[in-house]
Amino acid sequence: MPTRSSDVLVIGGGVNGLACAARLAAAGCKVVLLETTGKVGGGAGEREFAPGFRAPALAHLTQGLDSRMVDGMGLARHGLVFHPPLATTVVSATGDHLVVRGGQTTGPDAAAWAALQAKLSAFARVLAPFRQMPPPRLSGQNRWPGLARQALGIRTLGRANLRELLRMILINVHDVAEDELTDDRLKGLLAFDATLGAWLGPRSPNSLILYLDRLARGEGSLLPKGGMAALAAALGRAAESAGVRVRTTAAVQQVLVEGGRAVGVLLADGEEIRSGLVVSAIHPRTTFHGLVGAAALDAGFYRATGHIRSRGGAAKLHLALRDAPDFRGADLRSRLVIAPSSEVVEAAFNPVKYGEVPDSPVLEAILPSAHEPGQAPEGAHVLSAIVQYAPHAPRAGLSAARAALLEAALGVLEAHAPGLRGLVSHADLLMPQDIEARFGMVGGNWHHGELAVEQMLFNRPQFGAAHYSTPVDGLWLAGAGSHPGGGINGAAGWNAAGALLEARA
Amino acid sequence: MTTLGHFRTPLLQTPFHPRTAAANVLSRWGPWGGYMAALCFGDVDMEYTAIRNAASVYDLCPMVKYRIAGRDAAAYLNRLTLRNAATLPVGAVHYTAWCDDDGKLLDDCTLFRNGPDDFLICCQERHLPWLLDSAEGFDVQVAEVTQDIAALSLQGPCSASVLAAAGFDVEALKPFRMARFAFAAGEVTISRTGFTGDLGYELWIDPALALPLWDRLMTAGAPWGIRPIGSDALNLARIEAGFIITNLDFVPAHQALREDRPRSPLEMGLGWMIDWDKGHFTGRQALLAEKQAGSAWALVGLDIPGNVSAEGSILYHDKRTEAGFVTAAAWSPALKASIALAQVKARNLPGGNLWVEIYALRELQYVKLMLPVTVVERPFFNPPRRRATPAGRV
Repeated sequence: MPTRSSDVLVIGGGVNGLACAARLAAAGCKVVLLETTGKVGGGAGEREFAPGFRAPALAHLTQGLDSRMVDGMGLARHGLVFHPPLATTVVSATGDHLVVRGGQTTGPDAAAWAALQAKLSAFARVLAPFRQMPPPRLSGQNRWPGLARQALGIRTLGRANLRELLRMILINVHDVAEDELTDDRLKGLLAFDATLGAWLGPRSPNSLILYLDRLARGEGSLLPKGGMAALAAALGRAAESAGVRVRTTAAVQQVLVEGGRAVGVLLADGEEIRSGLVVSAIHPRTTFHGLVGAAALDAGFYRATGHIRSRGGAAKLHLALRDAPDFRGADLRSRLVIAPSSEVVEAAFNPVKYGEVPDSPVLEAILPSAHEPGQAPEGAHVLSAIVQYAPHAPRAGLSAARAALLEAALGVLEAHAPGLRGLVSHADLLMPQDIEARFGMVGGNWHHGELAVEQMLFNRPQFGAAHYSTPVDGLWLAGAGSHPGGGINGAAGWNAAGALLEARA
Repeated sequence: MTTLGHFRTPLLQTPFHPRTAAANVLSRWGPWGGYMAALCFGDVDMEYTAIRNAASVYDLCPMVKYRIAGRDAAAYLNRLTLRNAATLPVGAVHYTAWCDDDGKLLDDCTLFRNGPDDFLICCQERHLPWLLDSAEGFDVQVAEVTQDIAALSLQGPCSASVLAAAGFDVEALKPFRMARFAFAAGEVTISRTGFTGDLGYELWIDPALALPLWDRLMTAGAPWGIRPIGSDALNLARIEAGFIITNLDFVPAHQALREDRPRSPLEMGLGWMIDWDKGHFTGRQALLAEKQAGSAWALVGLDIPGNVSAEGSILYHDKRTEAGFVTAAAWSPALKASIALAQVKARNLPGGNLWVEIYALRELQYVKLMLPVTVVERPFFNPPRRRATPAGRV
């Protein structure tokens, strides 16, 4: 039975779905957002994984939320407040930690690090505007004034820096670390931050561009007050106040296509909802293979959709701790990075290529409970860590690989925080497959398709759907799978809404 | 250990080879789809004459064949090809084609429906990767069966009579329909199809029964002057019929190296076969856009003065600007005219004033001719006997 129709149906209540829906609603569209689970927020939610212990559902920090979305949705007005930016502590097993705040640090490489960060930040600054515009087109209509402004921006680097940018843009981050730094702790941090969430090692070609992208998103790791749940809640409230009608536990089973045009969706419970436009903020492969189907798409396009590379290499660890761990004096309110050197990061990636679990994973941990009460019972703590790398297709099978990676991660943590294992009352490790099952991210890749140079710009998620519109009239993409990618950011959703509104005008 | 010896025989022999080799007194062979195919058995004029005046046998085995079977076979073919496969009756055949996402031709084919969920594609080039890619998301099995089916084309005004004499009563068989007949220990499928634009049939059989079938036809057809024909004579007949051949009249998009070479079905005169209302098919959007914006090229039939074949010639507008090129040409014995198939830039078509520049070889010396051409309807040659049902007996 068709029910009430709307202008736009947005599928997926993650950050990008909410951003897109809110922008469309604010522009006057009648928008209904459909979320499969019981809550909006996607990777930005929260979960009580042990009694009294609240952990981020997936992402545990934001790194450069799209400012247009933050302002446009009035997230501050809807309760989003951040703790002060987290410093990074590169945790040493001997207690010889290094604290890093952006370009500032100490030790023998302090000046080299500052110079490198200044140079890379300058590159990132001129590349950053690309994130907020639709990808340029190889042929056909481009927004030339915008692109010309971009080209001019890049020219302002000056001849020497431009040459340096062109030398470095497709280089691997390990070589950069070797060229510019001597301190293994900084090399490890650079290598780790560049490859966080990617299916790449520091020596993989083009790994530096991911670091530039990280810088382009904005500096500083931010933790919302009230945890990631507060971000999800603010996004949800802001969307609803913009006029979005949010429907949770509404699983979309099919996008209805009639005469080459998307005309609505069919929910898993049989309800049919008609609409003028359908926007999918879920994984592009799930969208085309799962919801649209082969019969409504060209064979070449359908095949290309199946070939979107979407391997997740990151696992998510949550520990309930009876007491505060001691990382040999490291500040528990900082972002704790255990990546002793670039080689160790690379060595942790090697086994994953063959479906195996690394013995010494590298990781980024935060303790939300160190920032504010309420995250864990009084005196207890919760530790949230991104553990790299995890095999997306483990040869030993999922549960054996999960157990092995948990053991390896606990081993690494114990080596850096003696006694930590004894404090663990509950441990929860999400492998890439678990992340896929829980969040619908194919392969467990949190960008909905690997963020890598060959899947960027007009190749993201694939040629033929890179400008938020798709070959199916009336069906648009707005998820992390589209330019410029994901990572609790909102740029893709915001851009998609812009492209859609422009096409309508 | 497997002994790799395939490179010693780069061209395969068809199941009819013992008979075709014996008949090929000039040893004129050419490669076709990985097989040895006879270009001419001895006298191309006599072979052509058999097609138009008696009965001819052509070894069709190298034709590439794919079996498409499964619950979604019709839906799969509807998404793959231009015409509506779902409305093709069981026991019927249609001529169709398929495109890539850009609406550019990959191949044309005859599509046979052997059962509700069982089809056979017969085409010129090999396409297994594309057919398998297209199968993703459909409950369908795609298999190349080129080697599993032997095929003979029996064409000519006496072909129905020859078949009757051979024990196959095809009198009531309508064009583009097929029928099965018991033969030896098995059966033969006979379809009223062909590539000559004349009355004719194609016979499909288990390769093990290929030689007995050949012998039966040759014996039964002797009173009508049946003879084997090669590709040269067939090419002449197909030009008269106005049929196109993949890689002779257009380059399949997947093989084209130059960006401007692929052609759409609209540009190759196949627009009539596009079923816009059957639902989505690969290339539909691109073709719809082309239909609205207009095509860059058109395939036309040309009537050329004189008797020199215009093969490979360039067309000019007003004798000056290049306007296209000839893809196939011949002196037509049936029409007593020099005819050609040509690709013409669509913008040069309406005004006429088209010329062809022919290099005519006259005793070792090329002479350049600039001749005015007339665009004419295809087929050039279209006898009523081609469609008459019951088929004419002579």
